[in-house]
Amino acid sequence: MTQTETILVLGIGNVLWADEGFGVRAVEEFDRRYACGDEVTVLDGGTQGLYLLPYVQQASHLIVFDAIDYGLAPGTMKVVLDREVPAYMGAKQMSLHQTGFQDVLAAAELTGQSPRHLVLIGVQPEELKDYGGSLRPVIRAQVSPSVDIAAEWLRRWGIDVEPRQDPASASVNAGALALEAYEGGRPSEVDACRIGDPRFMTRRNS
Amino acid sequence: MAANVQGFELDNSGKRVVVDPICRIEGHLRIEVNLDDNNFIRNAVSTGTMWRGLEVILKGRDPRDAWAFTERICGVCTGVHALASVRAVENALKIDIPANGNVIRNLMHATLYAHDHLVHFYHLHALDWVDVVSALSADPKATAELAQSISNWRNSSPGYFRDVHSRLKKFAESGQLGPFQNAYWGNPAYRLPPEANLMAVAHYLEALDFQKEIVKIQTLFGGKNPHPNWLVGGMPCSINVNETGAVGAINMESLNRVIQIVDNTIDFIDNVYIPDLLAIASFYKTWTYGGGLAGKNMLSYGDFPEIANDYTAKSLAFPRGAIIDGDLSTIHEVDLDDESQIQEFVDHSWYTYGTPGQGLHPYNGETNPKFELGAGVKGTKTNIENLDESAKYSWVKAPRFKGKPMEVGPLARYVIGYAQGKPEFKEPVEKVLTDLGLPVAALFTTLGRTAARGLEASWSAHKMRQYTNELIANIKAGDTATANVDKWEPSTWPAKAQGHGFVEAPRGALGHWIVIENQRIANYQCIVPTTWNATPRDTQGQIGAYEASLLDTKMEVADQPLEILRTIHSFDPCLACATHVMSPEGKELTSVKVR
Repeated sequence: MTQTETILVLGIGNVLWADEGFGVRAVEEFDRRYACGDEVTVLDGGTQGLYLLPYVQQASHLIVFDAIDYGLAPGTMKVVLDREVPAYMGAKQMSLHQTGFQDVLAAAELTGQSPRHLVLIGVQPEELKDYGGSLRPVIRAQVSPSVDIAAEWLRRWGIDVEPRQDPASASVNAGALALEAYEGGRPSEVDACRIGDPRFMTRRNS
Repeated sequence: MAANVQGFELDNSGKRVVVDPICRIEGHLRIEVNLDDNNFIRNAVSTGTMWRGLEVILKGRDPRDAWAFTERICGVCTGVHALASVRAVENALKIDIPANGNVIRNLMHATLYAHDHLVHFYHLHALDWVDVVSALSADPKATAELAQSISNWRNSSPGYFRDVHSRLKKFAESGQLGPFQNAYWGNPAYRLPPEANLMAVAHYLEALDFQKEIVKIQTLFGGKNPHPNWLVGGMPCSINVNETGAVGAINMESLNRVIQIVDNTIDFIDNVYIPDLLAIASFYKTWTYGGGLAGKNMLSYGDFPEIANDYTAKSLAFPRGAIIDGDLSTIHEVDLDDESQIQEFVDHSWYTYGTPGQGLHPYNGETNPKFELGAGVKGTKTNIENLDESAKYSWVKAPRFKGKPMEVGPLARYVIGYAQGKPEFKEPVEKVLTDLGLPVAALFTTLGRTAARGLEASWSAHKMRQYTNELIANIKAGDTATANVDKWEPSTWPAKAQGHGFVEAPRGALGHWIVIENQRIANYQCIVPTTWNATPRDTQGQIGAYEASLLDTKMEVADQPLEILRTIHSFDPCLACATHVMSPEGKELTSVKVR
């Protein structure tokens, strides 16, 4: 690995929508577990769409954690590489005028600054329509293995990945959103009135 | 059936066109319109098709953490929700913030404006006016002549445009149009000559590169990007002018970097964005659709307090007030605590109140979902073909100011500033109208909305310079305080408190209302800008800003909703985050159905 190479480890999705938070939870766990050199940026990208472009443009190697609809059983993890990646992130629109991550990658390419290596670590979600909810158990069970896969790729690229000595110092995002605080502070089902979406209601009633 | 409301003629007898989703706003936004035999829109229905209950997930949490949750409501509005949230808590607990906390917030907010408007214009809205495919037939030399005739911007040589042209051609030939997919290229509603299209595409690419510079300011003061840190009581950054290096406190080195970014931002907006805006507008002067409530009912809370902790109109750099029923000579005062002013109705929304027909102020807000469809709905509960707007038809509530639906956003701010005779808003508007040879009425259109946003981007960039200078002056005078933590400990709070926080977000008036009981959140209500603009009808059947803006627009091609997108995008709809994952085949793309 040469001095000029930069690595981005990115989690995308929305923690407020149950399994849609997988990418963010995975990148949090990666940060808690591992310490890397300055050439590695670990980022909770949320649903920032096009605003993530600068980070993507600057990366020579990109690892993305995300919830992906592969049409497989819930909790199935699948790794997709390089040119295969955009198709899997195609229709998923994050934000900003239907900007999907595919569009972010296309925009990076259009400006002549795209990562040479792309690794998408995706997990098939089970439940998305639970606002304020958290990861379902089968998805949560994949957080740790997905993080190991990311570390393995970094080592393959010649990056030093060490276990973090002080996991408490990790902080990719605000403490109130960290998994334990987020789940611990959740209002009861009655208070949170989790029956609002018509499709959700239909599912409940059926 | 024909009806007259607020002076608009509505007729839903013609063929129905459904666009779903038009973008993701608090879930999805869906638009249904009826066209007459000549393809003019005679009825419009705006609906939010997904439940969003932020308020209820905050109950019982620590008020000091609310900003972090509200920051995640939306992928675009992160900073504005966080700011509204900390202001609401400070208002409830009577916490004053230090001068530097205020000026840093103003600087970050102005930066967000310049960035957001720039990205909106080039990357979210320009392609409603600019035909990318037409750009492929442009002559680079003629494009250079056009560019040089409107601006002194450095990248304007024939060679430069030849290079952009070949990049675009290569990209198109690869079959991966990426951001340029799913458009209606060649639609007769596109009016720019190929050279203007190529120039705009070139600047689309330049803006993609430039925008990443601006956000560095957010990272500097807010720490983490793209989700900066905020703090009840001020800002979570320290100032130490004697320190050097990139890590830690704000120092002279980082402030010099800010000055440089501010200069570059002003340069780009004034020499690329504004000339492009005027050039594009000059080809669309006769496309005068999209006014709706513009000039009739408009609202702005105001923002950018120039005096710390003073949120009254005299301290706010942005205009504060409301225009009602087109009377520009009277600017109504706005009070977010007055329970008779801002109220939400749910007669046409999928909620129910204890008393039907009632309007509730956010402090007394209720969120009880009740999903039922009107008798006129076509389709089934899970596959609605056409909605029935005479019954409940949206998950968006209907906010009203003194009983009236309101347009919020850049055009509202500029019209109110213009009506108040404030030179910094009135003069640029008059200059644009003069340059284009247009009357004042041209302001109340889709194009007027887009132009106001451009002027505001320039205003914001110059404000960035003012706030940077103020911060440096404060620091030089020895003031390095950024936060007041006297009331950080919940034990210092009263048993019960309530307050509001307001922000003018780039897309309009944003309010958060909080009730704190026993150190925890007892009630939290947000009215976001897009709730104002995308509102469904109310008790009296009054239509909202989106619905009104689409009326009487001529569609060139019934199943190509370019005109609908153009006008709705001009409001810069607040797009809530993705709530669905989709298959590799891309099943959930916008569908357009004509029935």
